[in-house]
Amino acid sequence: MRVPAVAVRAASLLGALLGWHLLTSANVRLWVRFDRFPGPLEVAREFGRQLQAGQFYADVAQSVVRILTGFALAAVLGIALGVAVARSRWAGNVLQPLFEVARPIPAIALVPVAILLFPANEQGIVFITFVAAFFPVLVSTRHAVRALPGVWEDAVRTLGGGRARVLAQVVLPGVLPGVFGGLSVGMGVAWICVISAEMISGDFGAGYRTWQAYTIVDYPGVLVGMITIGLLGWLTSGAVELVGRRLTRWRTS
Amino acid sequence: MSDAANGTVTGTAGAVSLRAEGVTLGHDGAAPVVTGLDLTVRAGEVLAVAGPSGCGKSTLLRALAGLLPVRAGRITADGAPITGPSADRALVFQDDALLPWRTARRNVELPLAIRGVPRARRRERAERWLARVGLADAAGRLPRELSGGMRQRVQLARALAGEPRAVLMDEPFGALDAQTRRAMQHLLVEVLADAPATVVFVTHDVDEALLVGDRVVVLGPSGVAAEVLPDPAAPAGAQRAEILAALGARPGPRPAVKEPV
Repeated sequence: MRVPAVAVRAASLLGALLGWHLLTSANVRLWVRFDRFPGPLEVAREFGRQLQAGQFYADVAQSVVRILTGFALAAVLGIALGVAVARSRWAGNVLQPLFEVARPIPAIALVPVAILLFPANEQGIVFITFVAAFFPVLVSTRHAVRALPGVWEDAVRTLGGGRARVLAQVVLPGVLPGVFGGLSVGMGVAWICVISAEMISGDFGAGYRTWQAYTIVDYPGVLVGMITIGLLGWLTSGAVELVGRRLTRWRTS
Repeated sequence: MSDAANGTVTGTAGAVSLRAEGVTLGHDGAAPVVTGLDLTVRAGEVLAVAGPSGCGKSTLLRALAGLLPVRAGRITADGAPITGPSADRALVFQDDALLPWRTARRNVELPLAIRGVPRARRRERAERWLARVGLADAAGRLPRELSGGMRQRVQLARALAGEPRAVLMDEPFGALDAQTRRAMQHLLVEVLADAPATVVFVTHDVDEALLVGDRVVVLGPSGVAAEVLPDPAAPAGAQRAEILAALGARPGPRPAVKEPV
């Protein structure tokens, strides 16, 4: 008998919840200690309480706006500059060294830079989110452009197409499968960085609220924050995957 | 830079004559593939170019298309130097040259879209071309949903839909099985009969060259090694043997020239 994939996936999540419940309700202390760790029921109650209040939605909305703004900027600039660097020797020579120097710097280490550069916290957090998502998109676009079969471009050029045609009809559609890999990674890194940035310098947002709960020793609140972040991250990555699959249905495999 | 930029020359102006004079070709830094080649393609003829792999026949085709600059000599179309690719000279590739995200019909529409033909007209014309190559029912399919032979039919339709003055074909049936190949050769002869274009057809299959070409030239290391005018009345195998001799191969039971590794 074949078990449907959805059932297995649901069972996996439920199993983890059950394990968590057993470990905490039995107050297990085996080097790692679960005796003071909040259990899933306690966290669920706290979750329910937060869902009644407006603060939770305001925080989630704030984080989502930051993520989507930073991610959208990273997608547009990452794809545009990735194409430019791969297709123009001049753009490559000018930009590539800057990118290579900036790329190893963890986006979260840019917090001091963001504080110096931007008048408001909000812009700084979006900037950090943008930087985090930008490099995966840039690098995957650059590789995808270089991997494009030359024959498509040759075909369009011998049918009378110029530079703009080649860009619009060959390069942009052709790099999509590779670009979506980068967008997927970028979305994941963007969440890590938006949450960290909120913890360091935010006034609102899921990351800020989670840290806030920790400072007042509200452990169930911390876990509610973490679970919220996890679910939001899953949702947004899933959306990227879905759009990516829709747009690259022409692929052979 | 594109000599078809005005978009009105195609179709009405008819076939173009192509001429290579003392042409040396090859990629920068590498040894030239073709040296001092002289070749004339008359307006409206189907010239089959045969030769072993590495003789530079594909390189020559890319140069005629304007995709590869000459290192010496000059290439002209009706006397005007070829400086870049143009809708006047469509190139048909061996395989996988269709844009995989476009359906068969939208691939055929491409040259018409580039020329600015309105949507409804280009759709209608693309469908007519697809019907012409026997693919009326496959218009909505993506390239991956088509067989190799069908994809080459779409490529042919796409090249001809732009009403180019020359069609340059680079071993277009080289990736097909023998039976499909034969069907495609006959289809090509039939379709080209009413297309007012000059055709340069590169192949390493001697029988294919004799079937498709009005004239066959064999490309060797020092330019054109032989020229044959296919004549159905000629004694069976005589012309094939002549070409094979020029190729430096022994006439065997297999019609195709063996590819050196």
